[in-house]
Amino acid sequence: MSVGRALLGLLENGPRHGYDLKRSYDERFGTDRPLAYGQVYSTLARLLRNGFVEVESEPGAGPERKRYAITEAGVADVASWLAQPEKPEPYLQSTLYTKVVLALLTGNDATTVLDTQRAEHLRLMRELTRRKETGDLADQLVCDHALFHLEADLRWLELTAARVQQLAAHVRP
Amino acid sequence: MPTEPLLVAEHLRLSFGATTALEDASVAVHAGEVLALMGPSGSGKSTLLHCLGGILHPDAGRVTYAGRDLTAMHDSERSALRRSELGFVFQFGQLVPELTCLENVALPLRLNGASRRAAHRSASAWLERLEVLDVAAKRPGQVSGGQGQRVAVARALVTRPRVVFADEPTGALDSLNGERVMQLFVAAARETGAAVVLVTHEARVAAYSDREAVVRDGRVRTVEYAR
Amino acid sequence: MTGWVADLALGVRLGVSGGRSGWVRLALISLGVGLGVAMLLVAASAPAVLDARADRAAERWVNSDQVIEPGAPTLLTLPVRSMHRGEAIEGRLLQPESPDAPLPPGVDRQLAPGEVVLSPALERLLASPDGAALRGRWGEQTVGTIGPEGLTGPDELTFYLGTDRLTGETAVRISSFGGDQQPEEGVSPVMVLLALVGIVVLLLPVGIFVATAVRFGSEARDRRLAALRLVGADARTTRRVAAGETLTGAVLGLGVGALVWLLVSRVAGTLVPDSLSFYPADVRPAPALVGLVVVLVPLTTVLVTLSALRQVVVEPLGVVRRSGARRRRLWWRLLFPLAGLALLHPLVTGLDTAMGTQVSIAAGLVLLLTGVALVLPWLVEATVHRLGNGPVAWDLAVRRLQLDSGTAVRAVSGVAVSVAGLIALQGLVGAIGALTAGAAADTRTYQASVLDIFPEDQAGGDPAGTWTRALSAAPGVTDVGALTSIGAEPTGGAPEAVVESGPCAVLAQEAQVGACRDGDVFVVVPEGAVAPPAGSAWTLGDGVRWTLPDTARPVAPNQGSVSALNGGGPPRILLTPAALGGLRPDVVAVTTYATLDPAVPDALDHLRTAAAQVDPRAYASSIAQQGIASALVTMRQVLLVGTVALLVMVGASLLVNVLEQLRERRRLLAALVAVGTRRRTLSGSVLVQVAVPVVLGLGLAVLTGSVLALGLQTAVDAPLTFDRVGVGATSGVAAVVVLLTTAAGLPLLWRLTRPEGLRTE
Ligand SMILES: Nc1ncnc2c1ncn2[C@@H]1O[C@H](COP(=O)(O)OP(=O)(O)OP(=O)(O)O)[C@@H](O)[C@H]1O
Ligand SMILES: [Mg+2]
Repeated sequence: MSVGRALLGLLENGPRHGYDLKRSYDERFGTDRPLAYGQVYSTLARLLRNGFVEVESEPGAGPERKRYAITEAGVADVASWLAQPEKPEPYLQSTLYTKVVLALLTGNDATTVLDTQRAEHLRLMRELTRRKETGDLADQLVCDHALFHLEADLRWLELTAARVQQLAAHVRP
Repeated sequence: MPTEPLLVAEHLRLSFGATTALEDASVAVHAGEVLALMGPSGSGKSTLLHCLGGILHPDAGRVTYAGRDLTAMHDSERSALRRSELGFVFQFGQLVPELTCLENVALPLRLNGASRRAAHRSASAWLERLEVLDVAAKRPGQVSGGQGQRVAVARALVTRPRVVFADEPTGALDSLNGERVMQLFVAAARETGAAVVLVTHEARVAAYSDREAVVRDGRVRTVEYAR
Repeated sequence: MTGWVADLALGVRLGVSGGRSGWVRLALISLGVGLGVAMLLVAASAPAVLDARADRAAERWVNSDQVIEPGAPTLLTLPVRSMHRGEAIEGRLLQPESPDAPLPPGVDRQLAPGEVVLSPALERLLASPDGAALRGRWGEQTVGTIGPEGLTGPDELTFYLGTDRLTGETAVRISSFGGDQQPEEGVSPVMVLLALVGIVVLLLPVGIFVATAVRFGSEARDRRLAALRLVGADARTTRRVAAGETLTGAVLGLGVGALVWLLVSRVAGTLVPDSLSFYPADVRPAPALVGLVVVLVPLTTVLVTLSALRQVVVEPLGVVRRSGARRRRLWWRLLFPLAGLALLHPLVTGLDTAMGTQVSIAAGLVLLLTGVALVLPWLVEATVHRLGNGPVAWDLAVRRLQLDSGTAVRAVSGVAVSVAGLIALQGLVGAIGALTAGAAADTRTYQASVLDIFPEDQAGGDPAGTWTRALSAAPGVTDVGALTSIGAEPTGGAPEAVVESGPCAVLAQEAQVGACRDGDVFVVVPEGAVAPPAGSAWTLGDGVRWTLPDTARPVAPNQGSVSALNGGGPPRILLTPAALGGLRPDVVAVTTYATLDPAVPDALDHLRTAAAQVDPRAYASSIAQQGIASALVTMRQVLLVGTVALLVMVGASLLVNVLEQLRERRRLLAALVAVGTRRRTLSGSVLVQVAVPVVLGLGLAVLTGSVLALGLQTAVDAPLTFDRVGVGATSGVAAVVVLLTTAAGLPLLWRLTRPEGLRTE
């Protein structure tokens, strides 16, 4: 899901070839799992279908020489994605990280991304806390488990927020 | 949520020498709600709390409590207000070390002119409510941190204030103890209808709130987003 | 050895690196120790000052025992004792018998009759409006100023007056001034006792003060050391670190003390009464005493610190958690005053100047007064645990004292010891005064008297008439009566007697004559004397024969009259003028009594001036004052100076202590204000917290001081009295000093209760 948004975000800095995009993506997000070419092209095809990107063909070039550019609809999609908090769930970091980096890359406010996410986390934590107060011991233990995980996420968010400036310098040389 | 807020801070500015602690901070507290103030260390949370409670006087801006301008009040008026309608819980060091826990809780009532006997009666009731009646006769130096914080919460609530301010009330406690204190605190506040303004670093503590406000660099960012 | 040094160094570092509050604490300690050191240095300078004064006095001393034939370069001289208002003016008559007669130091020319040289202070006084009544007392011909080498101090009031009325019989003939002054005829044990009590009373509180100062901020320090102990420092290391920390303050205190002493020694000369003034250059502390101060002060501070460290070493956890200290025990504290009382037994069994007795008394005083400082903490603790509930401010204060009364008591113990000592000293001085003054003199008719002991200049004349006329003319003198003493010798084996004659009003001054008409004769027989029988024959003056008539009435002497004061003595025959018929025997001496108009200011001084113009040697004084020994006047002045210095120091120490107590509790105070506590409540509780130990301390002080005073009064065989006014004044002033200094600390309370106090340090 987020691969599409990530490619869109990368395109915000200017039109790119597919091969180029894959390299950029791997550099920034693909530390443990490089993207397959096939996935790049199928994703770009989906984005093209949805009208989020358009193709600038160079005369007399093969398919691998197509240059993709982001459309206005694409820019809007990225912005709304950044503004929308993720549903809190375990192992969210990679998505959140992608969002923060993209926010920095695309000139969106990264702290807002974090604060939005924090609010969403807290909303869920409130719910769990309420459930815990009314539930039996088993419920309480289950809720506590979830709460501790969410708290860990939030701590990470907090830490990331504190380092946004540092990260920005790193992401935008 | 009721429409008319009980306590409103508008465009507060406050600097300590060269350090600007608050810079255009605005926040509203509604009657009966629990508001968590979060944010990084040094962002101005405590300063904001002290301004809201009438302890600090902002350089600019206004704090209104129930329609009255706190910033324009005379110090003695504000003191009287703090005695009767506001309550405070700090991280530590607020209990008078030479008084027993019971006397500590009874202190605000007696400052308001209640008789010793009446003050002690309601103080015991509050200690019981916070499950620390057994330490009533001990001095703060002789009780655990958690017990001490419960005593402090009892002391803040004993006058049935309309707003209780708490600055890291569980900061020095382990999670189990901290959570128990928060449970008792919030339940008691809701029961008496008191609003709570809670400064905390811990998400699990903030989870007891109804709403949070994030303080960053002396400004409040209340986050609204489409659900 | 190196461990030692490292520990001490760690202590020094902790002492100076505690941040702002650490510096404040260090400053307070060095200020406190410094004040004490300054006081000790002043005391150490006293011997040099006294020596210098004695040297200067010896330079101009007149040996009255020598017999020198006239001729060679000699000089006749006689001392003159006068007063202005309450202050003594002692001068000297000079009658050079040759042009190269000796000159007193500070005087550079021979004085012709009527010429006078004045000390600068007397010159100033004469020129000022205050000295109006003094003008002309020694003539108008001022021909110079006495130089500093002829004065004991810059403010001394003295003069030399040239005269031609001295003779070899009535004056002393000398060929030079100065010489080794003979030791005064053995110092009386009473005066030694007085000096001893004075020194102990004034210096002991200084010691207590220094001991208190090093414990400024000890609560925070104890917690710091306890924390050190909790992380594994052993008892010895902890003690050394504490010692190092204290030493820093003590050494700085020595420096501060030296500075304060420098300042004080510049101005002290002008602060003491004129008769005690001295030249700043004469203020040189005795090296041995300075050495003692330099060694003993730091040593004391370290010992005090170590003794206060018990709880930290034994129960560090309790210190960190501020749980209550153990209750104090009474028995070992009582040992001190009891031992003191035992050592004071010479007061009751008999006083002498033997070394052993003096040491025993001094040690007894020190122990007894130290006992006050030791029993007081117990007393306060025992009392506050019995105090009931009250308003919030009261409760806060009492609970605080119940938990830890040490800091509050330390502030007060110096006051208590001072007051106890001062009350004892006052009781003693008062009793000695009573001893010499006897009963109150009768001042209903006459308020002043002029004693002329040399009327022979006017042999054959009418000295009584001369005196009466001259004194009547003085402003403010409304009536004058003369009592003439007549040389009398019994011719028929009757006992010796003094014969005096004067009008009824004057005789009433001397004896309880009752109804009196001109022509009456009275006989006054003091206890133990034999009355001259009626009809006995007498030779009056130069051979006038006279018989004691059988109408002579025996009467009792007057309480407070000169004869009563002198005690015992021969019987006196008092004659009204008509009883002598036409006889006019030669007069030996004339005592003139004067009635003063209370509405005329300085009437007494006008009288003195008038008297000096007749004869500078005459002694004019107020009747009410006659008895007080001048040594005692000096003693009282010294006592006053000491008391004031002590109270100033006590005040300063208290202020520092109150500030310290407030500073230690700043966070709590700020929290209390945050929850809306009224400042009135807070300041009330601070005041109560100080007042309770003060009241107890003063009570204990009054008790101890009075007991001691009674003992001292027994020792000098004075009537036992309880000086209610003196005790009230001393303890009252002390209480006021305490409350004022506490009130002076309140502004800090307001400052500390600002919200910044809520921030942790
Ligand atoms: N009395 C003061 N004097 C000087 N600076 C102050 C004072 N009080 C606060 N500050 C400064 O104001 C800023 C905000 O302080 P504040 O105590 O409100 O932060 P906070 O958000 O409560 O931090 P924390 O979470 O660490 O308690 C900080 O930079 C602090 O250094
Ligand atoms: Mg804070």
